[in-house]
Amino acid sequence: MPSRRRFLQAGALGGAALLLAGYAAVPSADPAPADGQRRWLQPRDAEIVAALAPTMLGRADLPLAQVIDGVDLAVAGLPPATRQEVRQLFDLLGNRWARRWLAGVRSPWRQAGQAELADFLQRWRDSHFLLQRSAYQALHQLIGAAWYGNPASWAAIGYRLPAGVMEMLP
Amino acid sequence: MSGRIPDPLRAGLASGWKVFDGSRQVQDLDWKADVVIVGSGAGGGIAAEVLSGAGLDVLIVEEGGLYSSADFRLNEAKAYSELYQESASRQTADKGVSILQGRTVGGGTTVNWTSAFRTPPDTLRWWQESYGLATLTPEAMRPWFEKAEQRLGIAPWQGMPNPNNLVLERGCQALGLRHARISRNVRGCWNLGYCGMGCPTNAKQSMLVTSIPAALERGARLLTRVRVERLQGDQAGKRIISLRGSLLAADGLTPSGRKLTVRAGHVVLAAGAIGSPAVMLRSDLPDSADLTGKRTFLHPVAMSAALMPERIEPYNGAPQTVYSDHFMHTQSLDGPLGFKLEVPPIHPLLAGVTFPGFGSAQAELLGRLPHLHASLALLRDGFHPDSQGGEVGLRGDGSPLLDYPLNDVVWDGVRRGWLAMAELQFAAGAERVLPLHTSAEPASSWRQARAMIESLPLQPLMAKLVSAHVMGGMAMGDDPTRGVVDEWGRHWMWRNLTVVDGSVFPTSVGANPQLSIYAFAWRAATALRIRLAAG
Repeated sequence: MPSRRRFLQAGALGGAALLLAGYAAVPSADPAPADGQRRWLQPRDAEIVAALAPTMLGRADLPLAQVIDGVDLAVAGLPPATRQEVRQLFDLLGNRWARRWLAGVRSPWRQAGQAELADFLQRWRDSHFLLQRSAYQALHQLIGAAWYGNPASWAAIGYRLPAGVMEMLP
Repeated sequence: MSGRIPDPLRAGLASGWKVFDGSRQVQDLDWKADVVIVGSGAGGGIAAEVLSGAGLDVLIVEEGGLYSSADFRLNEAKAYSELYQESASRQTADKGVSILQGRTVGGGTTVNWTSAFRTPPDTLRWWQESYGLATLTPEAMRPWFEKAEQRLGIAPWQGMPNPNNLVLERGCQALGLRHARISRNVRGCWNLGYCGMGCPTNAKQSMLVTSIPAALERGARLLTRVRVERLQGDQAGKRIISLRGSLLAADGLTPSGRKLTVRAGHVVLAAGAIGSPAVMLRSDLPDSADLTGKRTFLHPVAMSAALMPERIEPYNGAPQTVYSDHFMHTQSLDGPLGFKLEVPPIHPLLAGVTFPGFGSAQAELLGRLPHLHASLALLRDGFHPDSQGGEVGLRGDGSPLLDYPLNDVVWDGVRRGWLAMAELQFAAGAERVLPLHTSAEPASSWRQARAMIESLPLQPLMAKLVSAHVMGGMAMGDDPTRGVVDEWGRHWMWRNLTVVDGSVFPTSVGANPQLSIYAFAWRAATALRIRLAAG
């Protein structure tokens, strides 16, 4: 994985973003333990996942706590270098200036409307900058894995495990 | 059928096999062996079986854990985090290609989709002509392919292909393209379709249920959850004198602080085409041509999804049973990249991360899962002068990273692959076709699909590319100026080091590589056994 420097320059977003990300990546003070303390996601990260998941997955009726737990588990299974990149991504998105000026989301994540969030996802997905495309893909993969890896998602897509085998597993 | 499915690995452990879980060791380990084998996949497994049969004291070290049929629950989330490198989300440096690679006892063979092809004759001829590997004729390799085929039950699939594969077959029939049934390494396959999550019935003849148990039965030792950090060479620059590794915690990722040292007469490197070069780079052990980690190939895969009127259930049934090599032969071997057509199984988690869209469009598409089909075009990289592959390097923490630049010659193949797949899918009766690209929209006719595909921007992280085959990086060559190892996998510089995994191939194989790795590993390990016996 490229170093943070290379990771950020890859997007060629210019000096301002580099400074901002450098600032955003400064370890913040330990977050106040909230209820639902997770292995890896901090409360602020969980808020971002909760805000984006319904728009990403195209479903309003998600069991959000389960999706957040799924993302937490998915990140925990990544090697340290990749986890560090995900950390930078959440720190960047959690920074209000970055949210406003890089992601173009005016409202705090918790209050952002679906149209605003969909605009953001589409802009980053189709961006000319590799950095923004890779950030979209990271969110897409983490949230997608968290939901579609969860048996709760299967009924809606018609997926069933083969009958007969499950009872025979030791 | 009724009753519980037996687990031969657990039975073997109960019978006293010498298997050690690195995460459960409470002190540093300082071991000796005649041969230490790094990695337990296609190459390491075969080498372990061949060498342990010769009365040698064999130690196998594996980065992953020991998971076996009792652990295989047909559950993607569980399988990817337990059985794959980086939870099945390993990526190239610019994240342009996602890499599925095994990391468990049995390596890739525990999680692969069982497709078995002999190394294509034109690939072997290319290696003969371009790398001086004169003895590697199809005739000379045949006995080794046959040995592996017999050992692992490799034979053409006799059952009816599942509907997902039948779409490819129908499309080929409609367009008059040559196609055939795939050979698979299975015995008594239940036709479930969960090969990628570990075979729950032990039908897949992976290293996990064949060669590794055979080696353990003969007294070989297996140490799991250990990451080989480095090999130590002698002053003269000729022999490896020791191996050092870090034992991992139960999460399989974090070093536990405990260390492994092995002193062995011979080292067999079989950590895969990313892992093996990485060990050499971390060890600062050069090769005289400075080729270690270079010319690493991926068979980059482009995909096209289709909505079919009939039920497909692409998650049910043997995942790959039909293929077409038509587009391997429409141009010269070193011309525009040829591609092999196959289909992937589609399970929810992998679909959720591989289909690149979001929102209601993505939800609607995945909501049609029982009617979804997908094809894949597997590009043959490494033959065209501009297809030089990628390079394995190291991150600051010593972990490997493959930089694989996506250049024009690759993109040209990707576009031709999408076009070929879309045409086939419509010929097979598709209602809608969707190349996996962030700007693509489902097309309802071949004409519409073709116009769209012609205009899709060819950029990393727009086109969704994956790879399940990493090859090259420690290639065979007839002398030290153009190869890292000789035709027997023996390192040109470090003479008690033999490489037996996919890293020895000078180009991509041009077909799913497991059988190539088995055959070359068997041949290399046999030569090594004879050398060791001669002293």
